[in-house]
Amino acid sequence: MTFSPLTQRRITQFKANRRGYWSLWIFGVLFFVILFAEFLANDKPLLVSYEGKWYAPIFQTYPETHWGGKFQTATNYRDAYVKKLIEAKGWMIFPPIPFYISTVNFNLTEPAPSPPSRDNWLGTDDQGRDVLARLIYGLRISIFFGLILTFFSTIIGVVAGAIQGYFGGRVDLIFQRVIEIWSGLPILYLLIILSSIIEPNFWLLLGIMLLFSWMNLVAVVRAEFFRTRSLDYVRAAEALGVPTWRIMLRHMLPNAMVATLTYMPFILNGSITMLTTLDFLGFGLPPGSASLGELLTQGKNHVQSPWLGLTGFFSLAILLSLLIFIGEAVRDAFDPRKVLSR
Amino acid sequence: MTLLQVNQLSVHFHSPNQAPVEAVDHVSFSLNHGETLALVGESGSGKSVSALSILGLLPYPMASHPSGSILFEGQELLNAPEATLRKVRGHDIGMIFQEPMTALNPLHTLEKQIAEPLLIHKGMTKAQAKGRVIELLHLVGFGDGAKRLDAYPHQLSGGQRQRIMIAMALACEPKLLIADEPTTALDVTIQTGILELISGLQKQFQMGLLLISHDLGMVAKMAKTIAVMREGKVVEKGSTATVLRKPKHPYTKHLIESEPKGHPEPISKSASPIMTINDLYVTFKGQKKSWISRGSSDVRAVEGVSFSLVEGETVGIVGESGSGKSTLAYAVLRLVDSKGQINFSGTELEGLPRWAVRPFRPQMQIIFQDPFSSLNPRLSVGQIVAEGLEIHQKHLSKGDIDKQVRHILQEVGLPADSRNRYPHEFSGGQRQRIAIARALILKPKLLILDEPTSALDRSIQAEIIDLLRDLQKRYKLAYLFISHDLKVVRTMSHRIIVMKEGRIVEEGVAEKLITQPKNSYTKTLMHASFDILFNKTNPNI
Repeated sequence: MTFSPLTQRRITQFKANRRGYWSLWIFGVLFFVILFAEFLANDKPLLVSYEGKWYAPIFQTYPETHWGGKFQTATNYRDAYVKKLIEAKGWMIFPPIPFYISTVNFNLTEPAPSPPSRDNWLGTDDQGRDVLARLIYGLRISIFFGLILTFFSTIIGVVAGAIQGYFGGRVDLIFQRVIEIWSGLPILYLLIILSSIIEPNFWLLLGIMLLFSWMNLVAVVRAEFFRTRSLDYVRAAEALGVPTWRIMLRHMLPNAMVATLTYMPFILNGSITMLTTLDFLGFGLPPGSASLGELLTQGKNHVQSPWLGLTGFFSLAILLSLLIFIGEAVRDAFDPRKVLSR
Repeated sequence: MTLLQVNQLSVHFHSPNQAPVEAVDHVSFSLNHGETLALVGESGSGKSVSALSILGLLPYPMASHPSGSILFEGQELLNAPEATLRKVRGHDIGMIFQEPMTALNPLHTLEKQIAEPLLIHKGMTKAQAKGRVIELLHLVGFGDGAKRLDAYPHQLSGGQRQRIMIAMALACEPKLLIADEPTTALDVTIQTGILELISGLQKQFQMGLLLISHDLGMVAKMAKTIAVMREGKVVEKGSTATVLRKPKHPYTKHLIESEPKGHPEPISKSASPIMTINDLYVTFKGQKKSWISRGSSDVRAVEGVSFSLVEGETVGIVGESGSGKSTLAYAVLRLVDSKGQINFSGTELEGLPRWAVRPFRPQMQIIFQDPFSSLNPRLSVGQIVAEGLEIHQKHLSKGDIDKQVRHILQEVGLPADSRNRYPHEFSGGQRQRIAIARALILKPKLLILDEPTSALDRSIQAEIIDLLRDLQKRYKLAYLFISHDLKVVRTMSHRIIVMKEGRIVEEGVAEKLITQPKNSYTKTLMHASFDILFNKTNPNI
């Protein structure tokens, strides 16, 4: 693939920011790994060999009777009785962390929350659930939430900013006033009130947050469109009779994309923080789901069990720092005045 | 002792993954008290870079001096520590920049700007400085400024701003004044005044003057010695009279010969009318004065302008900045709202909505002044040129479009393979050719040229003018040629319209209007444009 000299310069500049470049790698690997959380932390085995046949219980549910047990319900592979049944006629491999987010470890030697041990590498929470497993799933849902929210709020923000910047005048005036009023609404209270009426889930939270988070980008994109509006090549396109949407898309949007891309890591950060806040306050994802905010609440409630609070703090701090470092590198890459050190 | 001695100066610019650019290559010149040396050359010849290295004002991690020395009264300035340079800057060496709008701090008042060097170098108190500022304002011929000490740069005209710049440069009575294209950004009628002021002050204070310019006419008037630069080298050096009268180097000859010349093709008698403009007004809504009062300060940019154009004809519109000539062009193209009649080959365009004007767009096109901003840097040349075809002739296949693009690029004198490259890879003149190709591919009847040559060097100007004249002959194009440069307008136009403050002050057949102007404003304009050249009163020739 060949890049234009401008793109090449940007890539060089991005790589020149070592911290941001490495952060991107670390974040990329981390994200890739936790994408497959089910294979990493699960209470079902990855592979079962039973009577010469192979089974993958992660993908398919088998009743206990299948293995010669008594119950017709789904198998609990962690049960010592089931383990004995299967291992008599074959073998099974568990993921490295043999706990799901809802799995309660009944073999604890100490009352929950129990400190880190060989079984539970980061200890358990107050219901005897493995902290590491919950952390992995919590990170995944946070990052997903952030990415989806960032994606959609960027689209809405860019479109709104572009319309205001291009048409200006009355359109801009009205839009700006609407945004001012809209941004005055207290989003946190709104979410708290809403979640006391209906039980929030992932998509509902996303939708509500989206209603407010798109305003971040409007100012930047609008200013960029204002500026490019009077450039000669935009005027030239107008004189050529190029349709308005095409001028905006082809001649003006690329200019605004620089500002947008620079902003995106920070919006992503904001989204993750927002979800964590809601979970921490207990107004976020439904009870029982794994999340960083819920982990922090546990840490707050059990100060004498520092592994809870510390895990929550460090995972959040590292994730947000990585994203900020990446954001800084992106900003460097798009900075035309940045002088490359040789 | 010589005032300034520059020996074997070289400047390299470094960028990553690329060989360093040699902007200045072993340049030497010297200057005595009270003398004027002119560095002449086209853009990119290294004249400004040479001057900036004297004050150490280059972007230093990226620039370096592999060789050379700059002795100012025997003191080495090249690579001198910042503290030493700071004492010299503004105190012993003053500098006047090209663009007074960007060279003045928009947040500082006139008094603060001029007083700054006095407070720093002379250790004056604020009261003392104020007295000196008023003195300086009188000196630079802006006595009214004494009453407007708290005015900000945007409240002043271009000429006034340039006078402020000169006052700043002269505040500490420097021994050397560097003037980097001091009049290029100004209107012709103001240029003369500024030049007279600079040379008068130079005599008064016995300053050395290092004048940087691309304008041979101006240099001939101002400088005693001249150094012609090209691609970072001094190609010819000597007294102004010898260099201009008997140039030795072919490049100097080329520079002298590239003054615009020639005449437009005569129009055929059967030519049909293309465009008639009748009583056109353009008004920009101003700020309302207050909430209560009803009056608002609307600006009338164009007031009651009428003219017409026939096939193959060029009408030149001249006027100074702010005279409304560019606004007129946009109004004619229906890019800004206007009142009046715009009749384009039989159809009334005024009052039509945007979409209804669109079918006429291919027939009337525009070339902008600055070829660097008029091409989208993110599109390839092929994409830029093809855009008009893609919109107006949707039936064309990709192959057809490509064929036409290649043809039109050859027509404007560019290689066909340039369509795969990006605008930044081309020089100013080539970019202007690309802009012309973009307009011509739609086969327009009317081409509006908004200062198409003023951002280009003289020798390239001549090429573009030749190209435009040639295209006019072949395609019977009608041109509306807007320019402040009368010399260029003269070589292109059949008729000339002179505009001032949005109105037409005089119009007529080109040669007659230039040789026998009637209106007093036209007379000043003609005088300023043509007399500054090689005239009899010039002491240096």
